Amino acid sequence: MILQVQDVTLRFGGLQALTDVTFDQTEGQILGLIGPNGAGKTTLFNVINGVFAPYRGKIIFRGEDITGKPSYEVARRGMARAHQVVRPLTELTVRENVMVGACFGREGQSLSQAASLADQALAQVGLAGRADQPSGSLNVAQKKRLELARALAARPYLLLLDEVLAGLNPTEITEMVATIRKIRDEGISILMIEHVMQAVMSISDHIIVLDYGQLIAAGKPEEVASNPKVIEAYLGDPEMTARLMVE
Amino acid sequence: MKFWRQPGFWLPLVIVLLWGGTVLVLRQDTVRETAFTVLMFMALASSLNILLGYTGYVSFGHIVFFGLGGYTGFYLISEQGWPLLLASLAGGALSGFIALLVGLAVLRLRGAYFALATIGINEAARAFVSNFGPFGGATGLFVNFAAYEKYGGAGQALWTTFTFLWVTTLVVLVVSYLVKHSRFGLGLQAIREDEDAAMVMGVNAPRAKTITYVISAFFPGIIGTLYFFKNGNVEPGDAFQLHMSIEMLVMVMLGGMGTVLGPMVGATAYQGLRGYLLTSPIFKDLHLAVAGLILLLIILFVPAGAVGWVRGRLPALRRVLE
Repeated sequence: MILQVQDVTLRFGGLQALTDVTFDQTEGQILGLIGPNGAGKTTLFNVINGVFAPYRGKIIFRGEDITGKPSYEVARRGMARAHQVVRPLTELTVRENVMVGACFGREGQSLSQAASLADQALAQVGLAGRADQPSGSLNVAQKKRLELARALAARPYLLLLDEVLAGLNPTEITEMVATIRKIRDEGISILMIEHVMQAVMSISDHIIVLDYGQLIAAGKPEEVASNPKVIEAYLGDPEMTARLMVE
Repeated sequence: MKFWRQPGFWLPLVIVLLWGGTVLVLRQDTVRETAFTVLMFMALASSLNILLGYTGYVSFGHIVFFGLGGYTGFYLISEQGWPLLLASLAGGALSGFIALLVGLAVLRLRGAYFALATIGINEAARAFVSNFGPFGGATGLFVNFAAYEKYGGAGQALWTTFTFLWVTTLVVLVVSYLVKHSRFGLGLQAIREDEDAAMVMGVNAPRAKTITYVISAFFPGIIGTLYFFKNGNVEPGDAFQLHMSIEMLVMVMLGGMGTVLGPMVGATAYQGLRGYLLTSPIFKDLHLAVAGLILLLIILFVPAGAVGWVRGRLPALRRVLE
């Protein structure tokens, strides 16, 4: 198991954001996390990588209990994340952004090694030609790729992807899906939040569904898609769902 | 990318080396006094820039480290008979230590809250020193003239002090460059751009900020010792002047925060302007108001400062104008 989430509960004041969330992820797996808006998906990511400490429950990463550890320590242990709302370090160049990932990620590279790792990661996501540009000058699709490159340059064991496909056009989605597959084939486990259903259904080995802070279903993509609870809470129309699975 | 092969590393150092060298050769008291003031503000602004420019944290009360370090160094020279070098290093060390304690407490705060806390610290230090017997309370301390004798009399002591300041300025500039171009500095710049994202990428922000705060407090402590030793006395009103903190900020912003050269340019330009304003009949009481106006205009129209503006326009010069 690369990641074990056990009974994770989180409250913000009176709001129960997460309730007893429990799941495991095996090594090398792409695990899809879906659910309606406001279900707590990004919050769950925040608990997993140490931005928030859970009120109750445990996060076990590669056999080590990392519950309550600050996010920079979690990053050092080999968990990297691409944010939903892109967060480029605007004043730095694209390459420098990615170097931050390499310098402070799992391997803690020196500056010169980080520069060459950054160039590799940028090539991997198709941004090689823009390395010297200020990152603020990228468009949204490129910023998403930058987020991914930065996470990759950390050489993580586990990659958390928060809606990296959102806002991309169909061609860009196809390219990004191919990139994500390649990353998995290199041995990196991936936990991804995604709303683009076709993509997440086709790419995930396993899917878990969150609704109102609770896991309501888990299983293979086809099992989840035909689960009545999931249809009601998230997918909506059953016919639409069937069509989704055919495509 | 060896730093000693970079023109941007050498440019500020060569300027300060030549300038200080010229002053020492000319050996005129008035030239020395002007150079002392400008070098002092260059070094102070550069120290502040290590925190402000690289991490984006605004320290409004940075002059507290100049005051506390200066008091400590002055006390050690005047009352305990320490040599200038050791006393100024001790002043710096004390400022660094205070920054460590303060940093552990207030660097949890972000943005405006941090800036406000730093003002509070300056005022608290002033109140403390005004009531602290060994530092002479509200009247302060006067130098024991025997202290000057070791340096060949008061006149010679001033030259020695100037030389110390000159070397300190060079060291600050080297440190500023090395911090900016190190792995550590990359982490600081990541904090400046987005602290939460930086932490998610593995930057230990609390530790990095505290270390930076200590570095940026250490040098003002040394400079304070040199300044008050040169003046021959120290009192709370001179040591903790909030407006000097703000002038340091103006200098950093004017020259360009986050650059090595910027605080140098800003300090020189501001001192030049201030000299003019203080002697002009119209503006002599308004120089702080003018400083405030400049700060406002820079923030509105040239937030990158002079050096940042040139770097933005002429990318070819980036390796020279660090």
